[in-house]
Amino acid sequence: MSAENIIRIQAENVNFYYGRHKALKNINLDFYNNKVTSFIGPSGCGKSTFIRLLNKMNDLVADTKTEGNIWLDGENILHDKADAVKIRRKVGMVFQKPNPFAKTIFQNVSYGLEINGEKNKKIISDKVEESLKKAALWNEVKDRLADNALKLSGGQQQRLCIARCLAVEPEVILFDEPCASLDPISTNKIEELILELKKQYTIVIVTHNMQQAARVSDWTAFMYLGELIEFASTDKIFTVPKEKKTEEYLSGKFG
Amino acid sequence: MRNYKEKIIQILLTSLAFASLFFLIGIVFILVKESIPIISEINFLEFLFGKEWYPSRQPPQLGIFPLITASLLVTAGALSICIPLGVGAALYINELAGIKQKKILKPLIEILAGIPSIVYGFFGMLIAAPFIQKIFNIPTGLCALTASVMLGIMAIPTVTSISEDALSSVPKSFKEASYALGANRIQTLFKVIIPAAASGISTSIILGASRIVGETMTVLMVSGGAAVVAKSFFVPVRPMTSTIAAEMGEAAVGSPHYHALFAIGLILFLITLIFNAGAEHISKKYRIKLGLGR
Amino acid sequence: MKNKIVENIGFIIITLCLLATLFFLALIIYFIFAKGISVISWEFLTCAPRKAMTAGGVAPAIAGTIFLTLGAVIFALPLGMSCAIYLNEYNPSGFIVNAVRIGVNNLAGVPSVVFGLFGLAVFVKFLGFGVSVLSGSLTLGILILPAIISASQEALTAVPQSVREASLALGATKLQTIVKTVIPSALPGIMTGVILSIGRAAGETAPILFTAAAFYKRGYPDSPFSEVMALPYHIYALMTEGTRPELQTPIAYGCALLLLAIVLLISSAAIILRNKYGRYYVS
Repeated sequence: MSAENIIRIQAENVNFYYGRHKALKNINLDFYNNKVTSFIGPSGCGKSTFIRLLNKMNDLVADTKTEGNIWLDGENILHDKADAVKIRRKVGMVFQKPNPFAKTIFQNVSYGLEINGEKNKKIISDKVEESLKKAALWNEVKDRLADNALKLSGGQQQRLCIARCLAVEPEVILFDEPCASLDPISTNKIEELILELKKQYTIVIVTHNMQQAARVSDWTAFMYLGELIEFASTDKIFTVPKEKKTEEYLSGKFG
Repeated sequence: MRNYKEKIIQILLTSLAFASLFFLIGIVFILVKESIPIISEINFLEFLFGKEWYPSRQPPQLGIFPLITASLLVTAGALSICIPLGVGAALYINELAGIKQKKILKPLIEILAGIPSIVYGFFGMLIAAPFIQKIFNIPTGLCALTASVMLGIMAIPTVTSISEDALSSVPKSFKEASYALGANRIQTLFKVIIPAAASGISTSIILGASRIVGETMTVLMVSGGAAVVAKSFFVPVRPMTSTIAAEMGEAAVGSPHYHALFAIGLILFLITLIFNAGAEHISKKYRIKLGLGR
Repeated sequence: MKNKIVENIGFIIITLCLLATLFFLALIIYFIFAKGISVISWEFLTCAPRKAMTAGGVAPAIAGTIFLTLGAVIFALPLGMSCAIYLNEYNPSGFIVNAVRIGVNNLAGVPSVVFGLFGLAVFVKFLGFGVSVLSGSLTLGILILPAIISASQEALTAVPQSVREASLALGATKLQTIVKTVIPSALPGIMTGVILSIGRAAGETAPILFTAAAFYKRGYPDSPFSEVMALPYHIYALMTEGTRPELQTPIAYGCALLLLAIVLLISSAAIILRNKYGRYYVS
């Protein structure tokens, strides 16, 4: 097992503040290459806040402060001078609520290519097709690429957002409760997709749903009140949790 | 390279934002600057309460009391027309109109709010004034009454539009609660909906009044233009706005008359400032009352 | 029973209020159309006035109104939009946000004749542009600036934060995000504000009274520094100046009809655009 566990991202002593409120307390955690790591815990425990640090999305929130280091390919991405644009192209993100642009399906996927300066029409349309195929959406939309993306169903919109993210060719993908607003069938499709994608990408997923974490992830982190309570392989954490808090949460005593 | 371009654009946007601010503040600055000579030259109270406005006499007599009373008179007259009609029309649209009627009436009223004031002045001069002259058998139809009627009609769409917004933002649950207690529609309307929307309706009236006080071309064309303290609605009057419009062309730059006209502009500015502040204050309170947040 | 009667009387009264309102407004529009329509002809629309304003067309006044309005938009749109984008997207300090908000809120209700005074003091006299297209355009531009800023801000605020996040998460820069996603989403709202402002600028008379307008001008303005005729001012001048009211009044009716038609068309377009765009985003 250890041979294939190559550390991709390493968080060291990470603290995070919203104003004076300390939202993350001394988080230390490693993410492994081509694995799915899931974050579970009750709402407000800091799991979304933490993964938003991995692509510097918290920079957009006013009056916040970050301490500690997060290493990605030898670069400390928490450093003020770290280039957010470059990092976000390497670390893609899929949000809780599907947020397609009010553009056509095609334009949604080609957006990331165009902002990267790709002008060749052939390359763009090949890449759009490839990304939609990877996101398991191609068959449903191939005849209506010029339709407005807002016409798609919620589950389709979320897969479109995944395709949009894949087109930029990230190496890490962050999923922030990707199924929170979807029905069970769409949720199932997204989960299958995540299992497929991990062959190529390093995946981090925040979820409210413990069963989902158990189904899709290799590693699970349990957070509570801004602290990382336990981090272990998913098998272990769900069968023999070390911490009492973890056990209580998994057995539904709070949450 | 990329950061360089971003930075330049940001600096450009910042400077344009400050340029806008500069113009917005510039108006106040100019009004004050051009008014100061008259306030320092003649007694301010004399300027405000003097009953003689004879700017071309030597020395000029610059008392704006007749102009202020004319503005007040015409505004009061216009409000007595636009409040009942404007609010009534809003009540109809909100309470009696079906979905189809509402879909037509709301945008229609909004579109009518855009009729230029010169058109009201023109209509008032050619159609309304002769009509009013005949009905009341007065020497001229170009008088405070005609001005009030035209301004009143002009302000109706503004009052209706904003009142209707206020009425339709009253939560549906208020209405249902009242019906559930056995109240009929008119009781619900007057005891629940109107009180809940009262501050929004007041806001619409204040904004309507602000528009009436500041209206220029309509009064310039139909109010008759006599700068004497008006004793009734049937005599010609000269409100503040039309005085500026009519006399600025002939006032020599830098003369007391010129500065006096700017001072009138400043007073108008202050009046509308107070109206707007009042409207904003009320509408803020009202949003809190309905639980709509800030 | 008594309640029912009270209810019916109440409803009759408010119905009458609406009918009276519509009646008065329809009356005004009807008279202008009925008396103006016979004046409108190809000559009226395309020729200059003749015989001391008592015959011929009003083409220079139409052109003047177009120049003044376009000038106002060219000045106010970039300024107002940049201001709104800066305030909304770049999180500036509270001071400028508040200062602009107070300025916009209070200037929106200031009488248009006061803007005329400002234009006279600053553009005509201080900057020496004289009574000219330029002075008039700038004055009208400042008049519509508050409306353009607040319409743009409202439209930008309505763009969901999630759209900005989506773009940034794909590695777009702030500028790319603003240009490629935020502005396109906000554009219908901004355009509604701009079109309404165009209607307002086209119909205003008081601000151009002493900054731009001339009763008679031979031909079209040939430079930004020349005086212009303008439709609303022309109506006023025809009614208050000149010596042949019986010949001037019909021309004034024609001008009023043109102005009314232009302004009503513009504001209808704006409101239709807004309603359509509103529906689109709800779904």
